[in-house]
Amino acid sequence: MLTKRIIPCLDVKEGRTVKGVNFVELRDAGDPVELGKIYADEGADELVFLDITATVEKRKTLVDLVTKVAKTVNIPFTVGGGISSVEDIKALLNAGADKISINSAAVRNPEIVDQMAREFGSQCIVVAIDTKNLDGLDFVHTHGGRKATLLQTQKWANEVTDRGAGEILLTSMDHDGVKNGFANEITGELSSMLSIPVIASGGAGTMQHFKEVFTAGKADAALAASIFHFKEIAIPDLKQYLAEQGINVRR
Amino acid sequence: MEVAVIKYNAGNVQSVLYAMERLGAQATLTDDWETIQKADKVIFPGQGEASTAMKYLKERKLDQLIRSLKQPFFGICLGLQLLCEHSEEYDTSCLGIFPIQVKKFPPLDKVPHIGWNNLQNLQSPLLKGLDESAYVYYVHSYYATVHPKYTIATSHYINDFSALLQRDNYYAMQAHPEKSSVTGEKILTNFLNL
Repeated sequence: MLTKRIIPCLDVKEGRTVKGVNFVELRDAGDPVELGKIYADEGADELVFLDITATVEKRKTLVDLVTKVAKTVNIPFTVGGGISSVEDIKALLNAGADKISINSAAVRNPEIVDQMAREFGSQCIVVAIDTKNLDGLDFVHTHGGRKATLLQTQKWANEVTDRGAGEILLTSMDHDGVKNGFANEITGELSSMLSIPVIASGGAGTMQHFKEVFTAGKADAALAASIFHFKEIAIPDLKQYLAEQGINVRR
Repeated sequence: MEVAVIKYNAGNVQSVLYAMERLGAQATLTDDWETIQKADKVIFPGQGEASTAMKYLKERKLDQLIRSLKQPFFGICLGLQLLCEHSEEYDTSCLGIFPIQVKKFPPLDKVPHIGWNNLQNLQSPLLKGLDESAYVYYVHSYYATVHPKYTIATSHYINDFSALLQRDNYYAMQAHPEKSSVTGEKILTNFLNL
């Protein structure tokens, strides 16, 4: 039986792990390769590396990191963060990344999703959507959630699915960093509507939040960062809890 | 021991090479006939689309080479599908090692089948040390149907399908052993020890 996935997210800048609270205040949480391997050994189902380096050296540093991770880690991993050219995507996939997540680049140029699907296959395309609820409607945001767009989240998720996305990584900006639980409503709405998996992100604070996002939120996978990095929740404990709650997980 | 990893136009071979490195095996990515023929073990990885891959293999006569090999041979993911008779993906004639049809999952659930799923009905030295609690990592939209003789493990998603196949020296696996944590490493080690 297909299991629900637990995915630690490692925010990296110039090769080091960082994690912001509501994407603003950053704290150092260690070496991404070592941390990734620890998570893999603990039973994480996948890893996501989100690169927030904004220098001209970005591509080189990121390819170096991907190479090191691919050599060390024996589970799938996704790389994202400001990736916008097909050449960059190709370089990262060739270095050993399993999937590439794109966000603002897809909003700017939706055609890139079709292009990636044609060239590399849907299986390696994760479209990351940052969503925020404004007066009862859900809108896509870009630039780490700071910039609103006129795209409605549901409509955009449908569009990128049609264009060939393999998975959706949905981050609720209303929930991210505040540890009050995932955005189960919009996650459930998208997961029921779409023919591709939905990874829920933003808001994990307790083990119960994971249970809720897999039941009420119908998520296929759940992503979290700081609660894992600061050892508030250990992955083996989380998986045991979920199994006891009747949720199918890999152990 | 020399391991040849067949080089062709399919994606994500780097991970297979790294997995071999982690297991201490000497692996070479190559499309050279002689190197492949001389290797102790051959791995046929792959991710991508069946018709484009078959076209490339035929143009370089790698299809004939693959059919003629005698050493333990391991097809992974698309590699498994290409070893079958025929794929529904662009109506492609494949290598025909296994008299099995490759079909697209019906849209009764999310497709592709992405994530960790367990192996069932395990029966092969390749799966020594594993049982039905063994989970492996899948990413695929097409699957090989179950064959009474050549299927050595099944998995279930929408319907039962061939998780692993074996005929003589040819082994194949739909999931990615190189991404399947310790379970995948055990399968790859068993293959290297055949």
